[in-house]
Amino acid sequence: MSDTFRSPYPGWDVLSKWSTPSYNEQTREVLNRRIDPPAPHALEREVYRTLCALCERVIPQHEDTQGPPPAPIAPWIDAAIAGGRSSGTRYDGMPDTPTAWRRGLAALDAEARQRHGQPFHRVPAQAQDAILRDVGKGQVKATAAWEGLEPRTFLRKVALKQIVEIYYAHPRGQSEIGYGGPASPRGYLRLGAGRTDEWEAPEGQWDRLREPAR
Amino acid sequence: MTRPVGHASHGAENRPRATDGRAPDVFSRDGWVPMRQFRDDDEVDVAIVGAGCGGSVLATKLAEAGLSVVIFDAGPFWRPLSDFASDEREQEKLYWLDDRISGGDDPIEFGANNSGQAVGGSTTHFQMVSLRFRPDWFKSRTRLGYGVDWPVNPDEMWRYYAEIERALSISGPLAYPWGPPRGRYPYRAHEVNAAGQVLIRGAEALGVAWAPTPLCTVSAPRGKSPPCVYRGMCKIGCSTNAKQSMLVTYVPRALRAGAEIRDLAMVAEVHCDAQGRPDGVVYHRDGAWRRQKARVVAVCGYSIETPRLLLNSASPAHPQGLGNGNDQVGRYLMVHGNNAVWATFDDEIRWYKGPPSMACCEHWNYADDDPSKDFFGGYSFMSQGPLPGDFAGTLVTGTGMFGNDLRRRMALYNRMAGLKIVGETMPRPDNRVRLSDDADDLGLPLARVDFSFCDNDRRLHRHSERFMRRMLDAAGGRDLLSSDSTAHLMGGCRMGSSPENSVTDDEGRVWGVPNLYICDGSLMPTGGGVNPAMTILANAARIGDRLARRARQGAS
Repeated sequence: MSDTFRSPYPGWDVLSKWSTPSYNEQTREVLNRRIDPPAPHALEREVYRTLCALCERVIPQHEDTQGPPPAPIAPWIDAAIAGGRSSGTRYDGMPDTPTAWRRGLAALDAEARQRHGQPFHRVPAQAQDAILRDVGKGQVKATAAWEGLEPRTFLRKVALKQIVEIYYAHPRGQSEIGYGGPASPRGYLRLGAGRTDEWEAPEGQWDRLREPAR
Repeated sequence: MTRPVGHASHGAENRPRATDGRAPDVFSRDGWVPMRQFRDDDEVDVAIVGAGCGGSVLATKLAEAGLSVVIFDAGPFWRPLSDFASDEREQEKLYWLDDRISGGDDPIEFGANNSGQAVGGSTTHFQMVSLRFRPDWFKSRTRLGYGVDWPVNPDEMWRYYAEIERALSISGPLAYPWGPPRGRYPYRAHEVNAAGQVLIRGAEALGVAWAPTPLCTVSAPRGKSPPCVYRGMCKIGCSTNAKQSMLVTYVPRALRAGAEIRDLAMVAEVHCDAQGRPDGVVYHRDGAWRRQKARVVAVCGYSIETPRLLLNSASPAHPQGLGNGNDQVGRYLMVHGNNAVWATFDDEIRWYKGPPSMACCEHWNYADDDPSKDFFGGYSFMSQGPLPGDFAGTLVTGTGMFGNDLRRRMALYNRMAGLKIVGETMPRPDNRVRLSDDADDLGLPLARVDFSFCDNDRRLHRHSERFMRRMLDAAGGRDLLSSDSTAHLMGGCRMGSSPENSVTDDEGRVWGVPNLYICDGSLMPTGGGVNPAMTILANAARIGDRLARRARQGAS
């Protein structure tokens, strides 16, 4: 695909600092869990497939031909739904977060069925993207399925937000943007422009980001 | 209280820690300090609800004056050295994650955006920007023609700012460019990081002043706090104790002075006797409902929980809720506009290093006569350093972008810088907190919050966006991207000069309920154009001194 993502920081891995003073005990404990999620158990199988397809369109990890294994995202959303976890905000006219997820995933599926006669996880990636772009603008066709759930709010403030928050809290997401990763007890010494500590990513290869991929 | 979310919490979210005559030693990984304890049927002098900026300072002042004090907090009692991880998702355990229902034309985002749930309150995750109100703002109606006057003396408030800055060892510049002269900051300013240098470059190009931000994290050792190591994770909790949060400053001081702290204790109701006089609080802790007797109750739960608690404390004597005889509780809620402009630069900046806002500009808080100023009130702005998940969240909620477009944008993370305002909003009665029909896990009604910006607020946002765009452009930024959001909460139980238009008098005493006090950010009649922490703390110190003085004189 012409759309392949190429990180400007090839080879940088925040996990390479695992045994250094950048990682304290509790951060290692948290990341060991993060990498190894519990088996999904909140969502029904079909709904979970929709969630996985959504996560893949938001962060197309499985397209990557190189790089580390995909970061688990869908299992953590399933776990959050199971635990009744909220963000602290329930926008007026929206249900609680776990219910918003269930209804929103069902509505994405209904949107795909109405447009293409197939469940969301079966339609091609480009068609999935088109659905997500429309829903993000509030333009939906399966109106009955969205009743009591504002499409734009669900997609942007619930779905996209939680997916990217999980991905960029994962070492894979952090490494591909050249972030320094965990930093306690050791932080950073060199704060000035163009100055890096030896435990940070080397300077980015910015041509990689601009070049059309093979 | 919120269901446990952390994996490295060591039980702090599941069972109270401050029990059996001891409380966590916040400067250790697993140690304890002694704590005085009271029984539920001991009639204590003061029951304080909330251990944030308001409650921690008030408790310290009153306990040091010899009063018996119990502080209730809905959140856990953390030991940062062993409980705080370098991980955004894990550290959501610091936020108030119970739902608030958010409506109006411009619904507010809660949780990570503005609400803590921990002993220490929001200071466990605030970004430590430590600015003072411009003195005129305390008399904004009289001197500047907008909002409402505070029932306080501006000079007195400035003296209390100095007290708080000393107590928290604020690190700041030798000379501060705006406002009347102030004394020296106790600790020297931190080296401004590359993200802050962008603001400095832009300010100098546009001919406005700048300053290293006065910050509430130490630049040299202080007691058991080491100097800041610039790990950049201030918003998700300081794991070294360099940050001078309430958890590591006033809370230990209150404990030493004999106050008791009850963590994981959610107060549901200010209890009243048959005459309608408060005589304690009803709270939930460790699986049971309990009631603490108290002579005086002080509510310090901040702008959502304080009105929620008062409204939920209705009784035959107070049918509309406690202190709400004139329908003022919950009204005049304010936020700060948090508009931002982001830009990409040719060189790497790596804004993740150091506290997020190391340079600031208060120009528009003081430029009354500038012909371009087409709004009342003011705004400051600061350099930015969002963590990856936080910034990705800003991008997707603002633009709806996803897929490899998003990943490419995020890959520019190390070459980005941004400016973000703290913009004053006008106090308006219909921006308010009420009780909804939905309930939380304990059966308490959820807060319902309605918020809408007014035209003046929007003019301020547009002005700030234009100015920050010019500044980033002048600093060499490209691909400018704007975002809007809100920050902070203020008002909701404002103090004032009359029961008709406020909830409390100048000392935080609720009109018509003489042994009920409020002491937190909900008292603020206006929001100003700076982060509110120092103002809430200074006001709490002022109220604390007044109450302590009165207690010593033997009156109630």
